[in-house]
Amino acid sequence: MSLRGRGAIVGIGEVPTRRIHEGRSMYGLCAEAAGLAIADAGISKEDIDGLVTDGVALPPAVAEYLDIKPNFATGVSMQGASGATATMVATSAVSSGICNTVLVVMGNSRQDAERAGRAAGRGTPGPSVRSEWEEPHGMAPGANTGYGLMYRRHIHEYGTTEEQLAKMASDQRYNALENENAVFNGQPISKEDVLNSRYINEPLKLLESVMPCDGAAALIITTPERAKNMKNKPAYVLGVGLKQGEANIWQRDKFTETPAVDSVRRALEMAGYTPTDIEFAEFYDCYTILAAMCIEDAGLVEKGEIGPFYEETDTTYKGTFPINTDGGQLSGGQPGLAGGFRHVIEGARQIMGKAGSRQVEKSDLCLVNG
Amino acid sequence: MTSAYDKPIPIPANEQLTKPFWEAAKRKELIIPYCNSCSNLFFYPREVCPNCFSKDLTWKKMSGNGRVYSYTHVRQSVHPSFQSSHGHIYAIVELDEGPKIPSGIVGCKPEDVYVDMPVFVAFDEVTEEVTLVIFQKA
Repeated sequence: MSLRGRGAIVGIGEVPTRRIHEGRSMYGLCAEAAGLAIADAGISKEDIDGLVTDGVALPPAVAEYLDIKPNFATGVSMQGASGATATMVATSAVSSGICNTVLVVMGNSRQDAERAGRAAGRGTPGPSVRSEWEEPHGMAPGANTGYGLMYRRHIHEYGTTEEQLAKMASDQRYNALENENAVFNGQPISKEDVLNSRYINEPLKLLESVMPCDGAAALIITTPERAKNMKNKPAYVLGVGLKQGEANIWQRDKFTETPAVDSVRRALEMAGYTPTDIEFAEFYDCYTILAAMCIEDAGLVEKGEIGPFYEETDTTYKGTFPINTDGGQLSGGQPGLAGGFRHVIEGARQIMGKAGSRQVEKSDLCLVNG
Repeated sequence: MTSAYDKPIPIPANEQLTKPFWEAAKRKELIIPYCNSCSNLFFYPREVCPNCFSKDLTWKKMSGNGRVYSYTHVRQSVHPSFQSSHGHIYAIVELDEGPKIPSGIVGCKPEDVYVDMPVFVAFDEVTEEVTLVIFQKA
């Protein structure tokens, strides 16, 4: 048995991503997103009998905040892949009969960290591999430094240029201009603007890197049978795949290969499609270089050919192969782990025909990478 | 050497486990964990071999030779002591014996570093208690 077609996304909700939502908290933003998704699905809170979060938002705390008592709840704790993994877990739950209708929700408030008094720390709480082996040599907190290392290897192995990846960032910004929820809505940039932005971890530049933000997102998944009687045209989950990679980039044998090689292959096998069937894609993009490598590893382009692909291809929502149609995280912002969740939300939104002025022409089959 | 050293010093996740590494560094030796069961050399140190899960582990002295596997010129560092107008190099060095290890690169300007550049181990006595293992242009 597979999960093909066993889960239907029938509602989505998104709190606009902003640099700060003053005076708000993660749980408050999550509750707001949940309310939007429930309303969008045309159901009531009492219909929710399953809850999946990113694990940062603790399921018992979310349930209490919303005053719901689901029959199934878990937090996936999968870092950037939490949104996609949560969607997979929710689909499994409804298809197995554990529950019928699952709320998937995650969000972020940067003020929460200040409140906890952690902002002044070294960026990695507690002793770790990083604190012993990496930070003494100047690894910056967060993920910047590791992706700089990957970018350098990709240039070395495949001749990829900074100009080629700059086009990814400018294409996505074009898409964000049609997305009022994107933090950079109303701020167009050109490829040259990306190239001229300052280096953070050379060759990685500012406009190739996500900005930490506040926001939240949620969706509702139910069984196909229930979806038939609901108000939205559902987005069906046809295939899922997951591959766990190393926690620290320098522990990888190859810096230029991602776990998407395997996870996407599994998802496509379950769905019964090949990469050439895919009409548009939503790919995790904390940095241009990660989305670039994952698009290669998914088989959408040949390995090492992402640079020429972006040179030759219009990837905006109007283009021949739309990618990150809501602006992605690079132009939409990264509200914690809800940043990665945005790719699931936007893929569903396009398939449900709710993308408004940025609706893509062919919107039946989307590949989402979290 | 100086008590005024203000960059992050290593904070071990398991100080008993990695004590031999840091003591060797003070003697200006680079040692790497080695599995007696499967002959695996690996880094970072673990309590069991990541290849065969054996706990029969020892340490092997390395030649000190390696090459730059990848690097990034860090221009924005959150830790203020690393912040400077010219930035610094953060590299992953691949030892001739195989394992990879994070390091700064000394002995050349940041802009002169390249992938595959030969390097040799050096030791930076940053405090009386701590000597960092770093690499210099060979």
